[in-house]
Amino acid sequence: MPEIHISQPQLEQKSAIHGGHPPAGPDASEISAVRKFLLSRGNSAVVDRGFYWLMVLCALSIFGIVALIAWRLVVSSELAWSKFGLSFFYRAFTDPDTHQFIFWDPVNGHFSAIPFVFGTLLSSFLALLMAVPLAVGLAIFLTEMCPRALRGPLAFLTELLAAIPSVIFGLWAVFVLVPLMRGHVNPLLIKVLGWTGLFSDDNPTGLGFLTAGVILAIMILPIISSLTREVMTAVPQSQREAVLALGATRWEMIRMGVLRNARIGIVGGIMLGLGRALGETMAVTMVIGNTPEIHRSLLSNGSSMAAVIANEFTEAVDDVHVSALIEIALALFVVTIIVNALARLLVWAVTRGAPSQAR
Amino acid sequence: MKLETYKFRSRMRALTDGAVTAMAILATVLVVAPLVAIFGYLVFKGASSLNLAFFTHVPKPPGETGGGMANAILGSGILLAVASSIGVPIGIGGGIYLAEFGRGTKLANAVRFTADVLNGVPSIVMGLAIYSLVVVPQKHFSAFSGGVALGIMMIPTVCRTTEEMLLMVPHAVREAALGLGVPNWRSVLSITVKTASPGIITGCMLAFARVAGETAPLIFTALGNQYWSSSLNQPIAALPLQIYVYAISPYDDWHRLAWAGALVLIVLIVLAVSLVRYVTSRGVLKGAS
Repeated sequence: MPEIHISQPQLEQKSAIHGGHPPAGPDASEISAVRKFLLSRGNSAVVDRGFYWLMVLCALSIFGIVALIAWRLVVSSELAWSKFGLSFFYRAFTDPDTHQFIFWDPVNGHFSAIPFVFGTLLSSFLALLMAVPLAVGLAIFLTEMCPRALRGPLAFLTELLAAIPSVIFGLWAVFVLVPLMRGHVNPLLIKVLGWTGLFSDDNPTGLGFLTAGVILAIMILPIISSLTREVMTAVPQSQREAVLALGATRWEMIRMGVLRNARIGIVGGIMLGLGRALGETMAVTMVIGNTPEIHRSLLSNGSSMAAVIANEFTEAVDDVHVSALIEIALALFVVTIIVNALARLLVWAVTRGAPSQAR
Repeated sequence: MKLETYKFRSRMRALTDGAVTAMAILATVLVVAPLVAIFGYLVFKGASSLNLAFFTHVPKPPGETGGGMANAILGSGILLAVASSIGVPIGIGGGIYLAEFGRGTKLANAVRFTADVLNGVPSIVMGLAIYSLVVVPQKHFSAFSGGVALGIMMIPTVCRTTEEMLLMVPHAVREAALGLGVPNWRSVLSITVKTASPGIITGCMLAFARVAGETAPLIFTALGNQYWSSSLNQPIAALPLQIYVYAISPYDDWHRLAWAGALVLIVLIVLAVSLVRYVTSRGVLKGAS
């Protein structure tokens, strides 16, 4: 859910222009003396207090919800914790007959999260690899190069891309992307880059890590690009003018004047995209192949943390199995919270003090 | 510096500039292409599979052709009604606190931050949490639990949009209300919130449209249902859930229904997003979000 928030200062700047009142907000929030006086002689103190506390309660319930989620996940995964401990995330089992690694075999009581962590990290990494250059390119085009008439529609289109439900991405991927990968992209990759060992032709289905990475890239593009656009817009116009006045070309202006100032925010945007990619469920479940294995080839089937939960949870009958799945969810929860919090802090750090001159 | 070197360098710089411009345009095309591909294919497939039966019939057993998703549409409606009745009041309340009472305070910053973080919690994790919070004590899957999961997912979006829209309302309007002797709570509810109401309503629509497409939190809560059900206490069908089940099924006719369902969903979402854009492009709320 890429709810992209325009930074505070920028908002106030705009409201000052359009609303015709002095900027207000964290920095200028002192209530005027007249207003204080009017508030203090209101004769509805009880109702006002009540209303205030009701609103505070609503705000506090957001904390409550996050705490409740964390608590339930911890409690429900206790069985797995006590049984496996942290080794859940790094151990592997060997098959006594074939001497091959087994990671996840609920029937025989083998539980290890390695293949899912691997799948989540690999597919997210592939997604970032594809999405970041495109997203930054798009943001540069939209903020610095695009004709004004084209900017609105293009921004709207990317916003739409962000609003498409993941199950529809999954549907499209199953019927369009997977055949495309199977028929054209994968054979080409195997032919050209097969020698690297990263693309082997032992999986003719078209599903797999790479396909999941492609669909994830399409899904996280709009988040990264709209946040990049936001921090780039927050770079003061005077920076650009100063660099241009020194005789820079447009690219040099973008590189020295804009990207250098906005880089922390861009990293924040990328991390926000990463947060979404890590937790994405439906589209990945539909194309990753859902086998709890680790392969070197990017074209082979795999699974991810979210995918294994979506696939197995309703069918899990064994308590340990259920608990192990919830432990995976807990790990996912903690990781995405950390990634998101870091991302927000980075974006906030950039846009906070910016005397933005939004165009 | 020799003139030759100078000329060479400036040519190189111009070339780099041109190359980067070309790459940025290429990136834009590469981003727009999948979008157009998805939309085009969706409309093409969806429109050819959509018919009246889709809206009036319940699913047929596998293998039989025909049937529709009437029960899923009803189910989605019920789930969204439950979700809105949870998410909208809490979200708006939180937004009012952030914009009217908590401006600049530490608590407000913490709430804002937590709301953003809550927004980033994967929907599947939300589904599991609600499963263990509501489904386990109830001992069965139910429409109610699905609605709760979706409702919680609405809160951050509603809260942040409400806050942003309220911040757009000029101070003079609040002071004018207070000056007429209106109590603060009335001034907030019937002056500030009312002024910002188009924006708040569209914010709710946006949150609504987003959770309308959520599948992952419903798998372990609403579960899905092949039959008519409007009971809050029973498993219930939902449009995105049905699309998921049909998409991974091996039957062609079910694929057809999945595309039709996807088209219905996407039309709803495009409408909501366009409405938000329309509202935030005019009047007092211009420039918000």
